[in-house]
Amino acid sequence: MLRFAALLDRLSSEPGRNGKLALLTDYFRTAPDPARGYALAMLTGSLRFRHARPAVLRALVAGRVDPVLFELSHDFVGDLSETVALIWPAPEAAERNAPPLPEVIRQLADAPRGAAVAELLAGWLDGLDETGRWALLKLVTGGLRVGVSARLAKTAVAGLGELSADDIDEVWHGLSPPYESLFAWAEGRAGRPVTDDPVPFRPPMLAHPLGEADLSGLDPADFAAEWKWDGIRVQAAAAPAPGGGSRQRLYSRGGEDITAAFPDLVGSFDFEAVLDGELLVVIEGEVCSFSMLQQRLNRKTVSARLLESHPAAIRAYDLLSLEGEDLRPLPFDRRRALLERFVHQIVHPRIDLSPLVPFDDFAALEAARGDPGLLHGGRDAAAIEGVMLKRRAAPYLPGRPKGEWYKWKRDPYRVDAVLMYAQRGRGQYSSFYSDYSFGVWREGPEGAELVPVGKACFGLTDDALAEIDRFVRAHTVNRFGPVREVAHEAETGLVLEVAFEGLNRSSRHKSGIAMRFPRLVCLRRDKQPHEADRLETLLALLPACDRSA
Amino acid sequence: MSEGHLQLARAGLYCPAGGFHIDPLRPVERAIITHGHADHARAGHGAVLASAETLAIMAARYGPEFAGRTEALVPGKRLSIGGVGVSLHPAGHVLGSMQVRLDVAGRVTVVSGDYKRQPDPTCAPFEPVPCDVFITEATFGLPVFRHPPARAEIGRLLASLALFSDRTHLVGAYALGKAQRVIAELRGAGYDRPIYLHGALEALCALYAAHGVALGPLESVGERGRELAGEIVLCPPGQLADRWARRFGDPVRVAASGWMRVRAWARQRGAELPLVISDHADWDGLCATITETGADTVWVTHGAEDALVHWCGKQGLNARPLNMIGYGDEDGIARSDTLSGPR
Repeated sequence: MLRFAALLDRLSSEPGRNGKLALLTDYFRTAPDPARGYALAMLTGSLRFRHARPAVLRALVAGRVDPVLFELSHDFVGDLSETVALIWPAPEAAERNAPPLPEVIRQLADAPRGAAVAELLAGWLDGLDETGRWALLKLVTGGLRVGVSARLAKTAVAGLGELSADDIDEVWHGLSPPYESLFAWAEGRAGRPVTDDPVPFRPPMLAHPLGEADLSGLDPADFAAEWKWDGIRVQAAAAPAPGGGSRQRLYSRGGEDITAAFPDLVGSFDFEAVLDGELLVVIEGEVCSFSMLQQRLNRKTVSARLLESHPAAIRAYDLLSLEGEDLRPLPFDRRRALLERFVHQIVHPRIDLSPLVPFDDFAALEAARGDPGLLHGGRDAAAIEGVMLKRRAAPYLPGRPKGEWYKWKRDPYRVDAVLMYAQRGRGQYSSFYSDYSFGVWREGPEGAELVPVGKACFGLTDDALAEIDRFVRAHTVNRFGPVREVAHEAETGLVLEVAFEGLNRSSRHKSGIAMRFPRLVCLRRDKQPHEADRLETLLALLPACDRSA
Repeated sequence: MSEGHLQLARAGLYCPAGGFHIDPLRPVERAIITHGHADHARAGHGAVLASAETLAIMAARYGPEFAGRTEALVPGKRLSIGGVGVSLHPAGHVLGSMQVRLDVAGRVTVVSGDYKRQPDPTCAPFEPVPCDVFITEATFGLPVFRHPPARAEIGRLLASLALFSDRTHLVGAYALGKAQRVIAELRGAGYDRPIYLHGALEALCALYAAHGVALGPLESVGERGRELAGEIVLCPPGQLADRWARRFGDPVRVAASGWMRVRAWARQRGAELPLVISDHADWDGLCATITETGADTVWVTHGAEDALVHWCGKQGLNARPLNMIGYGDEDGIARSDTLSGPR
């Protein structure tokens, strides 16, 4: 437990991906089985415990600590579990006996309740130091939140040997903690683990962004084009289970099992196949905005009401396996033909075909990318964010192979906004004011005022960053903790050109909108703040269904 | 406040019988200074009585003319000033740091100054002094502050250096006390490579070395930057997240301070490797020391007074906060900040 605690402690303050990866790989290389396997399960979210509600923690600490001292401390620290971890009056170090991680996991998995939980926790807290107690309480309050994705943890395991994270993803869902066979495989001590999972995740084939230079080297005849939908990429798999019956699963692009959140789709997979497609919310045949889809994501369960108001559907664009046969080695054209036949045969009300976009030359496609209506985009044009180019002869290859698939996205929206607040960045940018909140003009009760519309921290050149950094330091008008408010008047301030992929309606923001993927394009030295854009310009970009909301 | 020999005056603690202040916040006629940190040792007093090391530190910081007159007092030696017995006793905080013991007619008052109970290779250890009235600091006066052994924290720094051997480890440490302690602890752990210093740390490191504190090979950073990959560089805490740090490319930012115990604070400071190394007594140290002095009356000068006063009350001690303002801790967190804290 102490080693895992030290890892979590270090991860929680390490900002960089590479730094985190090095810490993880070092841990997996040196920690023994089965502890490292349980650590991997916690980091990937395969295991999750929620035994300690705030009331449990409060009751626990009330038995050990003077209530006045606890309240003063809680006031100071702010976070309840951290306060408990720090204030816990543990025995002297020499008398402590740290519980091993596998033991903690085993006992938690037995799902103790009420007094039994409190007793277990108290015993463990007594055996740990501050960092150990903090980590234990993180472990039992659900979600480690140390900035490590499941993918990053798997990449670290892969880094023990010659594997890739994709290799691990293919077997992942057939394995369970503590993953001893996985570690043995990763370290080259054993072969690929054999699983009896009939519906494993197949790492998706990904596309490169199409650059101007790519285009001249490509022959339009070698490529098929599809719309790029504004949903999320999913893999839908169904197959007979070894013990009889059938197994269905819906995976996100990263291999996360999201089956439980989509019973409306998955429950009716009565085929034996693996589909690659886009998950969308579709009402009466019309694709809804991404923000509607978002309400269906990141849920463990889903209410009947939400199922009805936000019905999910899959728009299929590839077929990876059919009746037990792996189709991935086949060329795209062949898979496409099989896909079309398959989708027509199953007649599933929530699965349809993503159509091919016929085109004669790239010029026509380029025009359609910005205005899908030009090439049969139809009434779903608002849900199209560009086109995909797929080489007709290409097999389905996991990862991002060169030269096979391209995404050609619609140009982002751009807006000129005024810098309002700045904060220091993290990692290599921690000496720069490099996180910016920016706003646009609207008519307020006392005339024109700036209202924040977004926050972004990357995209600028080092020169621009340094210039803004100097401006922030010289024009700070207010400080809120680490945040500096900078001068933003009609004639004094900086104008930033911001690119973004779209807008969502948001009640959490004062402006009522939230930008998707905002990033900085450049510092508009040629513009004065009063020349920046107005909120009405942005509101006009909202999808029709959101505009009225 | 008739039970002691001191009263709270505008400039701080004042002894009317002896006509002197202790750690006054503004220039006074006669001052006894507990240690060299800037909020306790100010320039411009008429006469200063302190340990020889503290006087040397003040001279190094303010120049030789920092006071009209100075007198060094050997620890344990008793003077009589206006009928008040005065002696100094090691406080274990930084080089030369002292508690001030006052006695009048057999009744003893001790002013702790800043102190710690953890071992520190760079200064004399805290000496418990029996007294009737104990006037204590309370910088870390909350039971969430329990400092781990410094050796263990240094171990974490060395483990990080082994793992990230291509990155400079930039350690933010206050120029007086913390920097030298971190260096000495590194040496104690067997680290014998040169340690690189920001210019602001050089003078006091030299002063420590001149007083016989072994710090091993030290070098100035000077104009160097990326060529110090894989080395340990010490700088004042404020430089960690400032422009100066850019020269090292992508350093691991290490902060050594008792405040690093609270994660939100470590995050706000941009510390990637927070080390809980403090030159102040932690909660257990404060409570144990109060008990050890045998005092029946406790005054709490600065820090988180409320919790400590509450604890004293529970022990049946007569305790009160002095609500003194103007003393921070040497990491530059003003007292008002420490009380409100991050939420």
